[in-house]
Amino acid sequence: MGDIALSIEQLTVEVEGREILHNINLEINRGETHALFGPNGSGKSTLLMAIMGFPRYRITNGNIIFKGQDITRLPLDERARLGIGMSFQRPPVVRGVKTHDMLAASLGGQGNEQSISHLAEEANLADFLDREINYGFSGGEVKRSEIMQLLAQKPELSLLDEPESGVDLVNIALIGQLINELLEKDIRIRDRKRAGLIITHTGHILNYVNAHTGYVMIDGKLSCGGDSHEILATIKEKGYEECAKCIR
Amino acid sequence: MHQVEPPKTTKEKAKAVSAKPASLGADVDLDKYISSAEEMQYQEDPSQLPEEDQKRMAQAGIIIDEQSQRSGTIIQMDNSVIHSLTRQEGLEVMATSQALKRYDWILDYWWRAIAVDSDKYTAHVELNQNDGYFIRALPHTKVVYPVQACLYLAKNNLAQNVHNIIIAEEGSELHIITGCTTSPRQEFGLHLGVSEFYIKPGAKLTFTMIHNWTPGIAVRPRTGVIVEGNGIFLSNYVIMKPVHSLQTNPVARCVGENATVRFNSVLVATPGSMMDVGSSVFLDGKGSKTEIISRAITTGGDIVARGYVEGNAPDVKGHLECRGLILMGEGIIHAIPELRGTLAGVDLSHEAAVGKIAEEEVEYLMARGLTRSEATATIVRGFLRVDIEGLPPLLSAELQRAIEASEKDIM
Repeated sequence: MGDIALSIEQLTVEVEGREILHNINLEINRGETHALFGPNGSGKSTLLMAIMGFPRYRITNGNIIFKGQDITRLPLDERARLGIGMSFQRPPVVRGVKTHDMLAASLGGQGNEQSISHLAEEANLADFLDREINYGFSGGEVKRSEIMQLLAQKPELSLLDEPESGVDLVNIALIGQLINELLEKDIRIRDRKRAGLIITHTGHILNYVNAHTGYVMIDGKLSCGGDSHEILATIKEKGYEECAKCIR
Repeated sequence: MHQVEPPKTTKEKAKAVSAKPASLGADVDLDKYISSAEEMQYQEDPSQLPEEDQKRMAQAGIIIDEQSQRSGTIIQMDNSVIHSLTRQEGLEVMATSQALKRYDWILDYWWRAIAVDSDKYTAHVELNQNDGYFIRALPHTKVVYPVQACLYLAKNNLAQNVHNIIIAEEGSELHIITGCTTSPRQEFGLHLGVSEFYIKPGAKLTFTMIHNWTPGIAVRPRTGVIVEGNGIFLSNYVIMKPVHSLQTNPVARCVGENATVRFNSVLVATPGSMMDVGSSVFLDGKGSKTEIISRAITTGGDIVARGYVEGNAPDVKGHLECRGLILMGEGIIHAIPELRGTLAGVDLSHEAAVGKIAEEEVEYLMARGLTRSEATATIVRGFLRVDIEGLPPLLSAELQRAIEASEKDIM
């Protein structure tokens, strides 16, 4: 039990009165990275938002256990401080708030100017520190900025919502490299403390980041837990219809 | 036979409109105020001023104890200029009354950038003038540190009538901080400040004004700016403390080719404050350009944020940005951006937005571990951040400090 980073039991989530997720069960151990596939609108992002604790995503049943603690009713910011972080698919523009400010916030008072510069250089965003966060950023810049903030935040569980969407091939490689650093892929799995859950449509990111377990979400239900590469191959060959059969 | 009337003097013109209300803002009954005050003693060393007064001045950006960071200082308390000092060659800083005695030609600038008969407030200043400041950078002088000017209201119930003339001669560079403030004991008062700016060819003038009033003060500044060819005028206006009623709408005219004007305003209206603040720019010179940026926050007061740009010459460019944040309470923000182009080839644009802090933005920051109040404070701080192109770093840092010092009052 001590190795379990995240455990989700019978989770049901509704958004504005409409049930989106139905009885989701999921377990991620420390050191593991899981991938979540599924068609548009199937509820993948809803799952991540619910784990992160966004109030709009109301949990009507089930529990979320993080590091052995029931966080089902814990507010968003407390979950973040406990060690959950998220890279957004489409983060908002916050006018006036600079990339530098976001990094400083993500560092939670633990960093200094040197660590901020270092992170920005690593993400190839050194020229963006003085720019308003996400304002006029390209797709790749947004994604790099999101992962860069997580690198500052150092969460034990990273929720990555489509980190490669809208990103060219060169940038995917860099994003993959940053995610590997975030998830401590350079050290042995048994020594890793960090875990990740990645939503991917295309699976391109899995060419750079190894996710050993995968799931498919269809209509708010999880199916096909197993090897992520095999699942991706099945989806590519037979489409999501094949996965839907497992649920029915 | 038609009789030709001799031209009216400014006093005659003023008398003719002494009851004329302003076209904008609530009317202020001038009869409720007195215009005379006791003569204040001249201070060779302003650090001898009462600590309480110095503290209020500091909140408006005026440094008394460490003047090495200033090229010049002028302080007017009520109706008396109590201190003036110039620390750089090629820079003149003195009371308007003194300048009028020294230079005949001042009258060439007197009521040229703004009409004396604009309204009853300009008329009142002309008829009851209580001095003001004259600041001039001689041709090609680059003023290293900013000049600071303080207009201080100490006497209760006083109408302070000041007339300022600021001239940046050809090729010069001048930076001014004006702090307008009151004694903390001031309950009721009126500040009427006429300021005329003349930016000669190739000159650059930055003007940073911080208002630090108390809830019973009415304020009616009247400002006119004339910018000649390749001249630059940058204005930063900050008011984050309570005021009873404020109406101002500086008017700048880019009369020369490639003249540039920027107006930045940071306005915070606390409960009971009424502000009607605008900026108007007429792009009359070919290739001239302007940017008007206004940031307004209400925590319960009312703000009308205006902006007007008129393009009257080829290749001019203007942009207006009014953004308002209703932070709490029942305050109102009314943004009125206006554009007028009178010929083909002008490029004018505006954007305006009024609303509350977006929940999505707060939650984004909370997902990084900030509490709700920390996230809100970060967003408000960002909203108020004024990054002004062309402002010297020292001045920019001071302005930011002044804004940050007031932030905690509005959270």
